[in-house]
Amino acid sequence: MKPSQKEWISRLVDGLLPVFATLAALLVGAVMLLFLRVNPLQAYAALWEGAFGSSNALAETLVKATPLLLVALGICISFRGDVINIGGEGQMIVGALLAAWLGLTFTDWPGWVMIPAAMLAGFIGGAVWGGIPGFLKAYFNVNEILSTVMMNAIAVQLMNFLLRGPMIDPSQAELASKIPQTARLVEAFRLARLAPTRLHLGALIAVILAVLVYILLWRTTLGYRIRAVGQNPHASRYAGINVKRHIVMALLLSGAFAGLAGAVQVFGVNYRMITDGSASGFTGSAGFNGIVAALFGQLHPIWSIPASVLFGALLVGANSMQRAMQVPSALITALNGLVVVFVVSSEIWRQRRQRRRLASAPETESSPGSGAASPESAEEAV
Amino acid sequence: MADEQSSYENVVEMRGIVKRFPGVLASDHVDFSLRRGEIHALLGENGAGKSTLMNILAGLYRQDSGSISVNGRPVTFSSPRDAIKAGIGMVHQHFMLVPSQTVTENVLLGLDDPRFLMRLSEYDKKVAELGEQFGLRVDPRAKVWQLSVGEQQRVEILKMLYRGAQVLIMDEPTAVLAPQEIEDLFETLRSMTLQGKSIIFISHKLNEVASIADRITVLRRGQMTAGGVSAVGVSTQELARLMVGRAVVFHLDKSPASPGEVVLDVKDVYAENDKGLPALRGLSLNVRKGEIVGVAGVAGNGQRELSQVIGGLRKCAKGEVRLKGELVSNRSALYGIQRGLAYVPEDRTHVGSAPNLSVTDNVIMKKYRQAPISHSGLLDMNQATRFAKGLKEAYDIIVPTVETPVRLLSGGNLQRVILAREISGEPDFMVAVQPTRGLDVGAIEGVHRLLLTQREAGSGVLLISEELDELLWLSDRIYVIYEGRIMGEIQLGGGDASQETVDVIGQMMTGTPLENIRMERDA
Ligand SMILES: Nc1ncnc2c1ncn2[C@@H]1O[C@H](COP(=O)(O)OP(=O)(O)O)[C@@H](O)[C@H]1O
Ligand SMILES: [Mg+2]
Repeated sequence: MKPSQKEWISRLVDGLLPVFATLAALLVGAVMLLFLRVNPLQAYAALWEGAFGSSNALAETLVKATPLLLVALGICISFRGDVINIGGEGQMIVGALLAAWLGLTFTDWPGWVMIPAAMLAGFIGGAVWGGIPGFLKAYFNVNEILSTVMMNAIAVQLMNFLLRGPMIDPSQAELASKIPQTARLVEAFRLARLAPTRLHLGALIAVILAVLVYILLWRTTLGYRIRAVGQNPHASRYAGINVKRHIVMALLLSGAFAGLAGAVQVFGVNYRMITDGSASGFTGSAGFNGIVAALFGQLHPIWSIPASVLFGALLVGANSMQRAMQVPSALITALNGLVVVFVVSSEIWRQRRQRRRLASAPETESSPGSGAASPESAEEAV
Repeated sequence: MADEQSSYENVVEMRGIVKRFPGVLASDHVDFSLRRGEIHALLGENGAGKSTLMNILAGLYRQDSGSISVNGRPVTFSSPRDAIKAGIGMVHQHFMLVPSQTVTENVLLGLDDPRFLMRLSEYDKKVAELGEQFGLRVDPRAKVWQLSVGEQQRVEILKMLYRGAQVLIMDEPTAVLAPQEIEDLFETLRSMTLQGKSIIFISHKLNEVASIADRITVLRRGQMTAGGVSAVGVSTQELARLMVGRAVVFHLDKSPASPGEVVLDVKDVYAENDKGLPALRGLSLNVRKGEIVGVAGVAGNGQRELSQVIGGLRKCAKGEVRLKGELVSNRSALYGIQRGLAYVPEDRTHVGSAPNLSVTDNVIMKKYRQAPISHSGLLDMNQATRFAKGLKEAYDIIVPTVETPVRLLSGGNLQRVILAREISGEPDFMVAVQPTRGLDVGAIEGVHRLLLTQREAGSGVLLISEELDELLWLSDRIYVIYEGRIMGEIQLGGGDASQETVDVIGQMMTGTPLENIRMERDA
């Protein structure tokens, strides 16, 4: 029974690795706090309090977790299809712009028509913004990491242009200040609140979608094809799967979920779009942090739920820690950065471990000329 | 006179080794001993547990129970480093070399000496001398990526010798080698034993083992069926029986052919290879229902491209391929699949299967679009699992569960998975490329049986193989391919092919068209 126990333990270690990584990051953060002459225990107590200490705090955490989860769901799809989507920020923005335009243009629609339509608009906007790099990768072999990042830059400029000009709040247009923001959405279009807090329907939508993405990946032919192409494009082509189409599909769907996240932010939290000139001004960096949440959840849609909550808590808690302990905001940024670096490194380490396990497992067949062992990408996390 | 080390006749003693993997007992109380200066072959089918046993000896795995002693001293290895310190080095089936580094750099990789400064030229000399001593010719300054597979293997051996290995474990060293390279390797192994090294030679090929080994240990499904018997006085038939547990039928019973109408028609096809050079130059052939048609030829004469054009994975510049009269060339792979074309590709792990996906996911690859596996885009995993379990039973696929990723399967089992998938589609025509390469005797026989069953069921089979024996046993007709053209076609009657037939095929394989051979003979 020893080997299976060993296998079990190493799986458990793999599963808990992101948690260890977070703790390690907090430990390094504690050292930094000590240098600032702040008691780390007090600081982290404030962090906990801020994230989970009251129903309001908890609600804020969940509000923060919602876009993270939506982006993470898209990341689960694209990474399973072996395409890397770094364009969540841009996709969120474009999805939000399209949804906001819809909501501000057709103000006479009933809410029960507008809300689904706006969510769909966000989905489509993100899909287009993710689909373009997907198309470029599939048909012109353009590296998707570069192209998605560049699409982020384009989206920001598009947002700045639209919010300063065509989509600017008419009342602002008349003022000298000209704050680059849209008008507010009418009351009827706002996502319902789930409690007397800021928690809104979007959180519920995200959780339902997590289940749907699980079904998509493991219970539909489309998901099967995306995973097959991600695992072995040669075998997929041989089996009659259109590999290029599914590369596009993986990025397109990934972008769509990010776009939805953008729409949810507009209709559930801000009720308008406003820009400070940067992407993160609108997204709160959810387009990047969602990747971390997905890795945290080992690219599994269901595990991404607790992962997003945990990460949302960290973001919210760190802010209230800053307020409570009067630490510089740069420290909070650094702390978040540390968590990202540690979690991403731990994921890479986990994949290496798995790969080493593959490599050390004596392979059952020799294929001539295939020099060093180079097993395919990491094992499924199911 | 004799120092302590050499006073023991057995360099290595393994006793009662047990190793369990989830669902398989890979090593079941196996004993193994290695005498100084001998070549001891470890023979067994794929999946018999040869690599596992030797990975334990090399410190890669830890046994669940059992003991190991080296030079009479009990040892426990917790890493390959420990093993190499005790003088045991292993050359794995897959090489572990850094392609961008030189031979010497690879040899030194991971050693403490040199610590900081790399005066490579000095080490180049050492490596060259070592190579000289054991007849391992390879340029120490060459980059590994420039080397042939045979040369890379020599680098692996040098690595071990440089670390002072007294015992060398070679895991299926011949699988990747050309015939001439195999001869060179055997030469080297013999010269190493003369210089006091002891060698464990893992293989599943009977004739190789018979020609190189002093003693032989045979494994079957983790159990030892023969322990260190002398290679003299044991017949290959006997070894085959020990390996597979029953007498191997080398000649399968074959009913006379009753070919029907043409299912596959390849007409005047031109195609390029991956490098853009002409690979097929006006090739024509046909296959009828209920017959196996062989394609013989030396590797690299367009066989792969031919199968790819038929399978829809490669475009042809000219000509056409028709399946049951319908044009399938220059369309998608799916087009052929949907019209009853089965394809067993040459590369099982990179084309034929997705290694990290489960057996289930792999067997539904060509079926997932249809009921009952899926209904309007939704997969019915219960049906898929049932289907996979059915194939596992029907095709004797040895695997703990159908959820197991196929990368854990032995070559023979993986090939059965692929064949099961292809045959279960009840194809009218199947093209099989090197379907038995790298498989052991038992598995080869299984594959041959399946091909013959296909023929009996009335489908046409195009068998592309480099094993002439295989083609002669199975085929009803043989085409010989040379530089992308067909040199001629030979009709085979039942029974053994005559020596004359073999000679004619041999001549065609080196580029003489059949007409020329006939003309010469008549003249
Ligand atoms: N790392 C592993 N994990 C699980 N099963 C394994 C592993 N390595 C080998 N096996 C299983 O153990 C058995 C023996 O495998 P192996 O030693 O590779 O056989 P051989 O080298 O004789 O072909 C096979 O059934 C194989 O699937
Ligand atoms: Mg092996």
